[in-house]
Amino acid sequence: MMPVRTGMSLLGAEFAAALHAEWTKLRTLAGTGWLLLGVVAVTLALSLAAVSEVTCRAAGCGQDPAKVSLTGVEFGQALVAVLAVLAISGEYGTGMIRLTFTALPRRLVVLAAKACTVSGLIAASGVLAVAGSLVLGRIFLPGNGFTATNGYSSIVDAATVRAGLGTVGYLVLIGLLALGLATAVREAALAIGFVLALVYLFPLVAQLVTDQDWHRRLLQLGPMTAGLDVQATVNLAAQPLSPGAGLGVMACWAAGGLLLGGLVLAARDA
Amino acid sequence: MSAGVAAPERSGRSGGRLGFGSLLHAEWTKFRTVRGWVIGLLVAIGVTVLVGLAGPAGTSISCSGPDNQPCQHQGPPTGPDGQPVSDAFYFVHRSLTGNGSITARVTSLTGLYSPRGVSQAGVGTAGMTSGVQPWAKVGVIVKQDTQEGSRYAAVAVTGGHGVRMQYDYTQDMAGLPGSVSASSPRWLRLVRAGDTLTGYDSADGMAWTEIGTATLTGLSSTVQIGLFTASPDYVVIDQSFGGASSAGGPTQATALFDRVALTGTGTGWTGTQLGGTGPAGGSTGGYQQSGGQFTVRGSGDIAPQTDGMGTGRTMQDALVGWFAGLIAVIVVATMFVTGEYRRGLIRTTFAASPRRERVLAAKAIVLGGAGFVVGVVASAIAIPVVGAVETAKGLAVRGADTAEYVQVVVGTGLLVAVVAVLALAVGTLLRRSAGAVTAVILAVVLPYLLAVASVLPAGAAEWLTRLTPAAAFAIQQTVPAYPQVVASYTPANGYFPLPPWAGFAVLCGYTAVALGLAVVALRRRDA
Repeated sequence: MMPVRTGMSLLGAEFAAALHAEWTKLRTLAGTGWLLLGVVAVTLALSLAAVSEVTCRAAGCGQDPAKVSLTGVEFGQALVAVLAVLAISGEYGTGMIRLTFTALPRRLVVLAAKACTVSGLIAASGVLAVAGSLVLGRIFLPGNGFTATNGYSSIVDAATVRAGLGTVGYLVLIGLLALGLATAVREAALAIGFVLALVYLFPLVAQLVTDQDWHRRLLQLGPMTAGLDVQATVNLAAQPLSPGAGLGVMACWAAGGLLLGGLVLAARDA
Repeated sequence: MSAGVAAPERSGRSGGRLGFGSLLHAEWTKFRTVRGWVIGLLVAIGVTVLVGLAGPAGTSISCSGPDNQPCQHQGPPTGPDGQPVSDAFYFVHRSLTGNGSITARVTSLTGLYSPRGVSQAGVGTAGMTSGVQPWAKVGVIVKQDTQEGSRYAAVAVTGGHGVRMQYDYTQDMAGLPGSVSASSPRWLRLVRAGDTLTGYDSADGMAWTEIGTATLTGLSSTVQIGLFTASPDYVVIDQSFGGASSAGGPTQATALFDRVALTGTGTGWTGTQLGGTGPAGGSTGGYQQSGGQFTVRGSGDIAPQTDGMGTGRTMQDALVGWFAGLIAVIVVATMFVTGEYRRGLIRTTFAASPRRERVLAAKAIVLGGAGFVVGVVASAIAIPVVGAVETAKGLAVRGADTAEYVQVVVGTGLLVAVVAVLALAVGTLLRRSAGAVTAVILAVVLPYLLAVASVLPAGAAEWLTRLTPAAAFAIQQTVPAYPQVVASYTPANGYFPLPPWAGFAVLCGYTAVALGLAVVALRRRDA
C-alpha cells in the first residue's frame, strides 16, 4: 500500500508544482492579458453588432434571442484558440520547453497542468464575454421586436442560463482542442492555421451543400457547428443536435485533440 | 550586430552591399529551399480545389415525374446574354411587321399584394391588401416573340420609380418621375426603326421627351407590340441571425390605358400570359377592352434573376475554398520573415544587406509573386473542375464571359499576392508568428467567413466586408446587383457592398499602411 500512496502523492505534488509553474508562466506573459482582454472585447463588439441589427417583426419569427446575443463568440473563439496555442507553442519557439521537461520529466503532467491553467483563464474571460453579450441582448433585443407579444419572455429563463454556461464550456473545449493540436505540431503559426481552418471549415462547407442529409451531417460533425447548438433556446427540435449532444461532439473533438497532442508529446523528443 | 558595422567586403560587389537583383535571388533561394513552405503553398492549391468541390459533391437534385418517369430539370429562362431571367407578365399584343410605333396613355395603376404571404399562390386574390409594388411595371413594349427570355424594349410607368425605359432584362433608364393618376397621367411612346427602339414620355401628350434608345441586334422583321402589366412578388427583407431572410407574397397590378395608337402594319389584339407566376398561376391576369380603353391585369416581372440560387452556381461558389487556402498562404508568408527572427538568421540577412527596407521589398516581391501564381493556378483549376462537377450533377451553372473569368482568376491571384504581402508586413512588425498569423487571419479570413457563411445579420456582414481587408473578396463577384430588382443583396448571397476593384483597394490600403509601419519599425529598432 505504501509505495502506491507515495507514488500517488508524489504525482500529486508534481502536478501541483507543474500547475504552479504553468500558472506563473502564463500569468507573467505580456500577451496573455491582451489576449484575454481581446476575447472579451471582440466578442462583445460582434454581439453588439448582431443584437442591434436583428429584428423580429411578428410572433413566430423563429429568431433565437440567446443565439443572436452570443453571436460574438464566433469571432471571440479565434482568440481563445490563439491563447491556448501560445501556451505551448511559445515554449517551443524559445526553447523553454527543454527546461520545462528537464524540471518536470513527466510530460503528460505538464500538458495536464497547461490544460488546467488555460481552461481556467478561458473560463474567466468566457464568463465575462458571455455575460456581457447576454446583457447587451437584454438591452437591445426588446427594442427590435423581441417582446412578450412576439413570444419572448423578458425574464432570464433557465434555457438562457444553460446557453450561457454551455457557451463558456464550449470556449474552454475550443481552447483544449487548440492546445492538443498545438502540442502535436509545435509551430504556433501552423497550429493556429490548423485550428481555425478546422473550426470554420464545417459551417462554410455546410452552407454550400444543399443535400439535406449531408448538410445536417456536416453540421452535426463540425466542432463549431455542433458545439454552438448548446446556445439554442427556442425551436430545439429543428436543431441538428440537442444542446447536450452538441457540446458532447465538441468535447469529443477536444478529447481527440488532447489525445493526439499527448501521444505525440510522449513519443518524440522535445 | 548593428547595421552600421558592415563586415569587410571580400566580394566584388560595390559598396559592401548586394545589388537588388542578388537580394531578390537570395530571398527566392531562401523561400524555395524550405520544403515546408513549398508544401504549404501546394496545400493551399489543394484545399482550395477540394473545399470548392465539397459544395457540389454534397448537392443533388432529386426529381421524379409522374409514373416514375424521370423528369427534366428545368432552369429559369435565359435572356439574350445567357443570364437567367424572369419573364412573366400579361401581354396584350399584336404583330408588327417592319417599322412602326405604339403610343398609349396610362391613367391609373393600382395593385393588390399579400403581406407576409397571407394568401398562398394559387388561391386567387382573396385576402389581398391594396397597394402597388414599387417596381410594378405597366406600359408599352416591343418584343421579339412571346417566348420567355426573348429580346424586348419597353417604356413603363412603375409603382414608385416614375417612368422607366427598360430593355433586354438588365438595362434600365429613368424618365419622368412621380406616380400616375387620372389627374396626372403619363403618355408613353415606343418607336421601332429597324433594330433601334426609341422611348419617349410625356405628361400631356403634346411635349414629348426622349428617354433613350435601345439597339436590339438581330430583331426579326415581325415582332409583337402592345401593352403589358407586370408586378413582382412582394418582398420583405429581415435582418436575422444567419444573414437575411426574405418573406413576401404574390401581388397583382391593374392598369388603365387609353388613347392607344399604333402605326405600321399588323393584326388584331391577343392577350397572352407569359411565364407562370401570379396569384393564381397567372390565371387572374387578363384584359378588357371597351371603346378606346384597355384594362390590363398581371403579375410577374421582366428582370434578371438575382437572388441566391436563382442565378445558378457562380465562380464565387467554386472559389469558396480560398478561405482555407488563404490560411495556408498566410502561415507560409508570415513564417518567411518570423522564421528568420526566430532563428537569428535576420541578423545575417541585415549584415549582408544593411538597407533593411530593401530586404523587405525583396521578400515582398518573392511572396507577392508566389502568392499570385498560387492564386491564379488554384482558381484556374477550381473554376472548371467545380463547374464540371456541378454540370454533371445537373445544377444550373451561371455562364461567364472571358472578361468575368479574367477578373475572377487574375483578381484572386492579386488578392492572394497582396494578402501574402500583408502577412509579411505584419510578421515583420510583430516578429512573432503566432501574433502575426492571428492578426491577419482575424482581419482577412474571418470577416469573409462570418459574412459569407451566413452567420451574421446582413447589416453587420456588409459592414465587415466594407471596412475590413476582407472587402477584397468583392473581386470574385461577377453577378451584379440590379437596383430595379428588389432582392436580398447580401454577402451570403454573393453580393458585396463595394465594387470589385474598390474592395480590392481596401485590402491594398491596409497592406500599404502595414508595409509603411514595418519599414519604420525596421529602421528604428535593433534586428
